[in-house]
Amino acid sequence: MSTEPHYTLYHPRWYRRRVSVWWWLQNRSYTAFVLRELTSVFVAFFALVYLWQLRALVHGPEAYAQFLARLKTPRVLALDTVAFLFVLFHAITWFNLTPKAMVVRLRGKRVPDWVIVGLNYAAWLVLSGVVAFVLLRGR
Amino acid sequence: MPSTIALTVTRYRPEGESEPTFQTYEVPFRKDWVILDALNHVKDNLDGSLSFRWSCRMGVCGSCGMKVNGTPKLTCATFLSDYLPGPIRVEPLDYFPVVRDLVVDLTDFMRKLKKVKPWIIRNEEKPLSEGEYLQTPDQVDTYKQFSMCINCMLCYSACPIYGLEPSFIGPAAIALAQRYNMDSRDEGATERLKILSEHDGLWQCTFVGECTKVCPKHVDPAGAIQQYKLTAATHWIKSLLLPWGTR
Repeated sequence: MSTEPHYTLYHPRWYRRRVSVWWWLQNRSYTAFVLRELTSVFVAFFALVYLWQLRALVHGPEAYAQFLARLKTPRVLALDTVAFLFVLFHAITWFNLTPKAMVVRLRGKRVPDWVIVGLNYAAWLVLSGVVAFVLLRGR
Repeated sequence: MPSTIALTVTRYRPEGESEPTFQTYEVPFRKDWVILDALNHVKDNLDGSLSFRWSCRMGVCGSCGMKVNGTPKLTCATFLSDYLPGPIRVEPLDYFPVVRDLVVDLTDFMRKLKKVKPWIIRNEEKPLSEGEYLQTPDQVDTYKQFSMCINCMLCYSACPIYGLEPSFIGPAAIALAQRYNMDSRDEGATERLKILSEHDGLWQCTFVGECTKVCPKHVDPAGAIQQYKLTAATHWIKSLLLPWGTR
């Protein structure tokens, strides 16, 4: 048997490292990214609650009162609070990322990132204000 | 200030080893030394068998990309003094096959880069007599950022999507495609969009954003990909509404 190591010129034996299952714990931004992906379940839950609410509304005042009573149980309240926090987390990270995708050029100059983010937040506030006004007008 | 600092370097000698190992060298600590200087010190004085790639020493050639303490870095622009008191761990870039020690094989990227047609495409070339294609400074400004890419592969090494889905065309290739799309002289945007809308193209990106963070030339590949997605989506909606207008 030859004692020479097995090596062929021009056919290097490459080493390929496998990606670990725990790659998303390697650095903080990977973890934040995976957290954003996973917590989208709560965003979907939040949207579903709204749909259920609409359905209850369609089914008349009794069904709606029942729906509201169910929302007020501590377990649902806790779940809703958690879901709301994650929806906020998603909204804020989303707004902060908008300047990456939206490049607005005015008179040949790129509008700075903070202006784009600021306009998004302003639009959010204005729209929320309009919704609040419409909802609370009759009170 | 210490007089020396420990450098822990990945060794992979395929003629004798089936897996990489680590080797630690004690190198002189100097305030003005970068990691690459320390590696060259090892090569010249301590162990001539250590293999790594480098060329310009000034952040232009893109050859000396390696992982320093877990983060992809250009070793010519990363100072020893930022890692006091050490040890400093130097590894080859992630997700590329390791040829030897710190040297990785980049064939995969080269193939992908060619696929996105990173050159100026014209439907019809102007005759020479009409002179050069002129551009205003503002027109240059729209793509200049993306043209700064030096193909150093730090963004690929930072992209977990590329690690998990090796077929993904990757950050630098998409940023360079965008560089030519934004060029006022180019007419190949539709051609490139077709290539990049394929399964392995830009929709694989889930916007982790690390590519932009590690980029030594501030190219912002993550931004390029998201802008490209916006273009692709608008193009798709247009083709639904006006099927005759987007050919």
